[in-house]
Amino acid sequence: MKLYLRYLEILFKSQLQYRASFILMTIGQFFVPLVMFASIYFLFEKFGQIEGWSFFEVALCFSIVHMSFAISVCFMRGFDSFSKLVVNAGFDRLLVRPRNTIVQVLGSNFEFTRLGRLIQSTMVLIWALLNISIEWNAFKVATLIFMLIGGIFIFSGIFILGASLCFFTVQGLELINIFTDGSREISQYPLSIYKDWVKNFFTFIVPLGIINYIPLMYLLGRGPYNDILSMLTPLIGIVFIIPCLYVWKFGVSKYLSAGS
Amino acid sequence: MKPYLAIFNLRMINGLQYRIAALAGVATQFVWGFMYIMIYEAFYHGFTGTQTISLEQLATYIWLQQAFFFFVLLWLKDNEIFDSITSGSIAYELCRPCGIYGFWFAKLIAHRLSGTLLRCMPILVIGFFLPIPYRLSLPPNFLTFILFLVTLLLGLIVVISLSMIVYVSVFVTMSPIGSFLIFSVVGEFFSGLMMPVPLMPIWLQNIVYILPFRLSGDLPFRVYSGNISTNDAIIGILTQILWIIGLIALGKVLLTKMLKRVVVQGG
Repeated sequence: MKLYLRYLEILFKSQLQYRASFILMTIGQFFVPLVMFASIYFLFEKFGQIEGWSFFEVALCFSIVHMSFAISVCFMRGFDSFSKLVVNAGFDRLLVRPRNTIVQVLGSNFEFTRLGRLIQSTMVLIWALLNISIEWNAFKVATLIFMLIGGIFIFSGIFILGASLCFFTVQGLELINIFTDGSREISQYPLSIYKDWVKNFFTFIVPLGIINYIPLMYLLGRGPYNDILSMLTPLIGIVFIIPCLYVWKFGVSKYLSAGS
Repeated sequence: MKPYLAIFNLRMINGLQYRIAALAGVATQFVWGFMYIMIYEAFYHGFTGTQTISLEQLATYIWLQQAFFFFVLLWLKDNEIFDSITSGSIAYELCRPCGIYGFWFAKLIAHRLSGTLLRCMPILVIGFFLPIPYRLSLPPNFLTFILFLVTLLLGLIVVISLSMIVYVSVFVTMSPIGSFLIFSVVGEFFSGLMMPVPLMPIWLQNIVYILPFRLSGDLPFRVYSGNISTNDAIIGILTQILWIIGLIALGKVLLTKMLKRVVVQGG
């Protein structure tokens, strides 16, 4: 843990070296979800609702997904750009150090500029919460926090899984973007608007449904499910990371250096 | 003209090598296309107001955007050009016996064209065979098809002359990523890649029509789907030509200005 904090400190300093670029990049990262959000807003202005969901309900869903994605991409940047480490055999250096590979890859990169994204989606969250009448109680507050935590773990799991694939393909695969960016895009709307096969895929394979649909229904007081159960479902997201870590371990054991 | 054609050829051959990457790109484009159509289908479902574009036209619009993604995408940068400016190796390029504007222009066109050639076919072919709300339909008549091709190619030139200005701006900022990100995010919104232009509120559409971005990502595809009449399409073509002349002139002026100031250090 101490090691990781040290890594962060160094990365933060190095990223601040190019100050103007850093600031512009953060602003740019603020714009990315802002523009997406704006288009959702305009679509609602035209259509009014989507399969019975109102604008602020979708905004709530959007903000939770984007917040957890932003946090997870901050931390997981090392895994996201992992193919570079494999291609130039930089991973060899990590292997000879007497520390856990996961901590080292995590520490190899941290995207501070993605905080721009986080700020934007937090603003959306606040705006949405101010406009939806939810009967708040301790359970619901906990649900909201669990949704975030579950989301962070699920996205992190996808990043680790994508990085593990690099052990077998060497080259980074653009395909993995379908799962990272694609699942983010898809889950910014409540899953119930999609066709069944999409719903099933994102509930049972990549379990985003458990952070975006079931607890959301509970928050809005529409869920047919039990309170405690709905509150706890997002935490299943944490379990998702376990198989991903196993795949990672398996990948490390199969790792063949690209040489030099 | 000949050296530019040679550069174009070279880059085309080079670009066509990346087949596997293109295949992955096609898969991504498919997922995106399906996702957008599904979302719009859900929006249209239970909507009773007036439609500015039908769902079938919208599906065609989206598939074409996906198929010609490399023509319209602004977030597509040539790192070689950036590097040559920031590292100073532009000195070599200045020694070449051809204008640097045309050199970069040919390079960028080849990059986008080769990328599109590899990607568009699978999407177009499969798109034609999808079930109804998802199907990519044929253009209403042959004339619209011709107009579509013209607007598409002119749109490509608009995109490239726009991005040339961004490349030139690197001479000032020296660090391209931040400004490039903002440019592409805002530009892609105004070109209709984030949401189709016909679905935007009227006041926003008015802004979009003033800006050049929609000439590549929106106009050709609406011409194809029959959402824009022949007359409007011809007006669109004229607008495209005017913008191209203006942007290329601006880009050239800025470039010569920058090159006068350029100081290359070291040997």
